[in-house]
Amino acid sequence: MGANKIIKMKIRKTFFSLILILSGFHLLAQDSLLKSLNDSISAVPNNGYVTGTFKALYIVNMKTIEAPAAGALNVEIQHRFGTINTGAYNLWGLDFATLRLGLDYGITDRLSVGIGRSSYLETFDGYLKYKLLRQSESSMPVSVGLLGTSSYFTNHAPLGDNANISGSSRFNYTLQMLIARKFNSHFSLELTPTFIHYNMVTSPDQNNVFALCGGARMKISKRMAITAEYDYLFPNQLVSPLFPPSPPRTNSLSFGWDIETGGHVFQLVFTNSQSMIESQYIGQTAGTWGKGYIYFGFNISRNFNLKAHNKPKA
Amino acid sequence: MFFRFFYIFLMTISFAVKGICQNYLTKTGFIGFYSKTPLEDIKAENNQVYAVLDPVSHHIAFAVLLKGFIFTKELMQEHFNENYVESDKFPKATFSGICSGEMDFSKEGTYQVVIKGDLTLHGVTKAMETTAQLEVKKDHINGTSVFKLKPEDFNISIPSIVRDKITSEITVKVKIEWVQTK
Repeated sequence: MGANKIIKMKIRKTFFSLILILSGFHLLAQDSLLKSLNDSISAVPNNGYVTGTFKALYIVNMKTIEAPAAGALNVEIQHRFGTINTGAYNLWGLDFATLRLGLDYGITDRLSVGIGRSSYLETFDGYLKYKLLRQSESSMPVSVGLLGTSSYFTNHAPLGDNANISGSSRFNYTLQMLIARKFNSHFSLELTPTFIHYNMVTSPDQNNVFALCGGARMKISKRMAITAEYDYLFPNQLVSPLFPPSPPRTNSLSFGWDIETGGHVFQLVFTNSQSMIESQYIGQTAGTWGKGYIYFGFNISRNFNLKAHNKPKA
Repeated sequence: MFFRFFYIFLMTISFAVKGICQNYLTKTGFIGFYSKTPLEDIKAENNQVYAVLDPVSHHIAFAVLLKGFIFTKELMQEHFNENYVESDKFPKATFSGICSGEMDFSKEGTYQVVIKGDLTLHGVTKAMETTAQLEVKKDHINGTSVFKLKPEDFNISIPSIVRDKITSEITVKVKIEWVQTK
């Protein structure tokens, strides 16, 4: 009797163990199936390039590492009102306008070209930008771009009615290295060592000048960001007063608020620079924030896709 | 003592069974999603979908990196990753579920099945059900399915200014060619 009972108990125990093992195995199989996929997908080296370091092609005035994708055209409208310190009579500068119209086109994902026309000194400008290095998630900490800009002002008499300026004297050239890093999804920084050559300067100014520009953006929501930009011109290179008589030269300091909606980026900006071209806003900014020489303005960009972009970026 | 051996025997058997009935696996599956409105035609495709099918338990699983979706417009791709699915925070979408219906993986043929399971996207897991077609071949299985998803179900908000450019239900197409693992 006793032995029989023990055997029955043992059979029951085994039976339950069997069920436990089988059900346990079943659960294990289900979880491990997805887990094995997750493990192998995580093992793939993530060499994708970092995208969206900046929202737009311009922080405020300086160009960002971003470029239109191959076959994409960007139309840029940059507008600056007058300085705020012109007072209530001119509605704090809103009666005045400086405008730059620009087109930027992506020849490849790395090489882009742009042209523009600005009402400041009736200036034409053109640039080539090449992405030398691209920040990637595992191997490359920064993106590095090379940017060459030239500008040609056509204003008849910027130095006064009697000064005749030859065609070649109207050219200025800028060479910049754009070094940018997206630290996280919110914060990006760009440092830009800059070399400018002026074909024409007033003595004792230098023809070749150096500057260090820096810009940053901080996202405040998925589609909005605050930006800041400072363009530091090394001292004692450009010292002559600007013509027509204006406040002394100073470094350019700007702040912006980026709002992105689909293919548009809308940037509201405050800056002490009137021009939007490198050789002019870095070297020819006059009047400080402290004295109220602040231009309110905006940049509007619109992206158009002229060609389908089918190949992966990575 | 006998029962302990029996126990070990059973465990060995259960693992051996798993060993014999090999899974079907792929790392090059296809998932595309499409949204068509009069204002904007959105198309994104990914050819690096990981998928596995267990012919015994009828369990299937998918995993895909969201950054692998290629759009015809590069700016859309950037916005998809940056603003919509936030692929820095949630790099993968996964699905885990069970096929049910009449099917026999040992016999060549085409079977209409129902797939039920959990889809995880943008940090949100949601139960879903769809029909699919499984075509069993000698050593591989082709699976296709089309279903619809609402971005809002996965906590993906669409700003009102672009709401008219994106359909409320996104069409998702899945095409997998599973190969039996050796």
